[in-house]
Amino acid sequence: MTLKELSRGVAAVLLASGLGVGAHAADAIRIGFLTVKSGALAAGGKQMEDGLRLFLKERNNMIAGRKVELIVADTAGQPAITKTKTQELVEKDKVNVIIGPLAAFEALAINDYIRQSETPIISPSAAAEDLTQRKPNPWFVRAVGTSAQANHALGEYAAKQLKYKRIAMIADDFAYGHELSAGFQRTFEENGGKIVQKLWSPLNVADYGTYISQIKPDVDAVFAGFAGGNGIKFLKQYQEYGLKGKIPVLGTMTTVDEGILKSMGDEALGVVSAGWYSATLDNPNNKKFVAEMNRDYKQDPGYYSVGAYSSALMLEQALKDVKGKIEDKQAFMAALRKVHLTNDPRGNISLDALGNPIMDIYIRKVERKNGKLVNAVIKTYPQVSQFWTYKQADFLAAPVYSRDYPPAKNLEK
Amino acid sequence: MNFWLIQSLNSLALGGVLFTLAAGFSLIFGLMRIANLSHGAYFMFGAYIGLAVLDRGHGFGVAVIAAGLAVGIMGGIVERVVLRRLAGNTLSQVLATLGVAFVIADGALWIWGGDPRPVSPPEFLAGGVQLFGLTFPLYRLAVLVFSILVAIGLWALLDKTRLGVMIRASVDDRQMAQGIGVPATKLFTVVFCLGTALAGLGGVIAAPILSVYPGLDADMLPLALVVVILGGLGSLAGAFVGSLLIGFIYSFGQVLFPDLAYMILFLPMVVILAVRPRGLFGRITA
Repeated sequence: MTLKELSRGVAAVLLASGLGVGAHAADAIRIGFLTVKSGALAAGGKQMEDGLRLFLKERNNMIAGRKVELIVADTAGQPAITKTKTQELVEKDKVNVIIGPLAAFEALAINDYIRQSETPIISPSAAAEDLTQRKPNPWFVRAVGTSAQANHALGEYAAKQLKYKRIAMIADDFAYGHELSAGFQRTFEENGGKIVQKLWSPLNVADYGTYISQIKPDVDAVFAGFAGGNGIKFLKQYQEYGLKGKIPVLGTMTTVDEGILKSMGDEALGVVSAGWYSATLDNPNNKKFVAEMNRDYKQDPGYYSVGAYSSALMLEQALKDVKGKIEDKQAFMAALRKVHLTNDPRGNISLDALGNPIMDIYIRKVERKNGKLVNAVIKTYPQVSQFWTYKQADFLAAPVYSRDYPPAKNLEK
Repeated sequence: MNFWLIQSLNSLALGGVLFTLAAGFSLIFGLMRIANLSHGAYFMFGAYIGLAVLDRGHGFGVAVIAAGLAVGIMGGIVERVVLRRLAGNTLSQVLATLGVAFVIADGALWIWGGDPRPVSPPEFLAGGVQLFGLTFPLYRLAVLVFSILVAIGLWALLDKTRLGVMIRASVDDRQMAQGIGVPATKLFTVVFCLGTALAGLGGVIAAPILSVYPGLDADMLPLALVVVILGGLGSLAGAFVGSLLIGFIYSFGQVLFPDLAYMILFLPMVVILAVRPRGLFGRITA
């Protein structure tokens, strides 16, 4: 491509985008929604869409006095497609803001493009630590917490309240599993506990039998860090191998998320987990949200639905702040970063300087109520940040959580 | 001692699951010379059909048979309507099976939604057996027994019946077999039905262990490929030994070399391809 062609191309793009703004200024606010409608992650994608559509129905498709148009794009859970679809949303559909995507690796795939195209984006699900830590993006805020945010609390709870001394960990062998386990390990060990065994199972492992039979029989508890549907498989086989009732199970939020809890049976009873939400939360916003989700979609909301719903609440408050003028991107983004939600089903939410929520973290226990499995809240850690009780500067100076950081010093052979 | 015993049983059970998947794959490849890339999809579809039957309150046996029949018929239709038109063009046929795999996977998502679903084993196999103070799920032993029965059944079919003779003849030398009057096209349909039916009922048998979820197809297909490459294409004994071998490599590999868990299966495959491309028991090369 010659320089002349290039400059002509740039001019054309500039012209087009300029025209785009002009043409849409008085029109509806266009929300691009990146979700997953096909492939292995489709269940979570559907639940996100349920949460978002419920919000729009509640508001009758009007936010801050302006009509809202939702443009849904299916990423199939694949980073390359996510990138194409994001470009399509921004350049062809001229969306003002994006809600999505579902998976952390999708969010990472479009991170640079979001920065270049200066598109405001709210993450309803992707939890990768560095998106709001060492590599923050000025156009990115998150409605959910980081992978480790809730597990910091669980680590302390396991050591201090449950008085566990020795724990074996098993988690999905990918970034999310590594990060969430690292958070748990850090606070658990700092409070006197020992992680004596670490098992990493491939994300698409055919069978947990080989892993479950390796678990040391003399540990006080097993920490299970799973995403997607893996919690179902693991807990069922844990019971089949006779460990349920012998060694208690702790889990991350997604191991027993409401989205999969509905498919589980007694094998899930008693699992203690930590998260920023439970469908049983006793506040009016949540009661209304849960009732509406059950009315429209016949299920309790979980991680994905509440993430998408809360993303929309954040969008709404920022839009109200700028009186609906989303076209002034700088002002809108500033308002979005200042959001403080009091109408969120999860409780009070505000964002830290890096765009990650500070919110209550709930310790939950799976119980059966009225024939249905629920995550009953047994303790609340109020207003927890992604840095737990550590100083932000110290936290960020250390390497990002990974398979080997913080190092496990107490592993037993 | 306990460790080796339990992990060996795990390996055998996984091998049993793999055999019901790989036997049909191998059979189809041996006769038709095409890698049926929709095999994982038939397996998953069978599991979903089984789940639907169980949801309606029928027994596990009914679910297995229903899934086998339904998926077998589906396979037969695909063979007649899609693959038959592309006869003689193996590359197109393989691509067509890949297309069919996508259609089935999306169809399943459309019908049953994306929620992963656990499946309970039949009541009388639900418990565990005590071995040296450790519990081993009874159902896994049953899967192993079942796969051995399937292997015996298939062996009898191939070795003792006229149909089996025709299949074996066609696998060994298709042109010669046709030359002496083996009805090749009919045989293709029969074998494709049989192969996919095995995948379908295998899906139900495996469901209590693997659970049923979108993506099961893509998780299982590479396993079938590895088994038949290791065991040898078109060979029943190869599929059986290959399945058990992969079961062992998979289970012990994950335990002994946890850092290699993602690639542990493919190492032996690479070695076999380099040293003995037709596999341990194979009579034909790919």
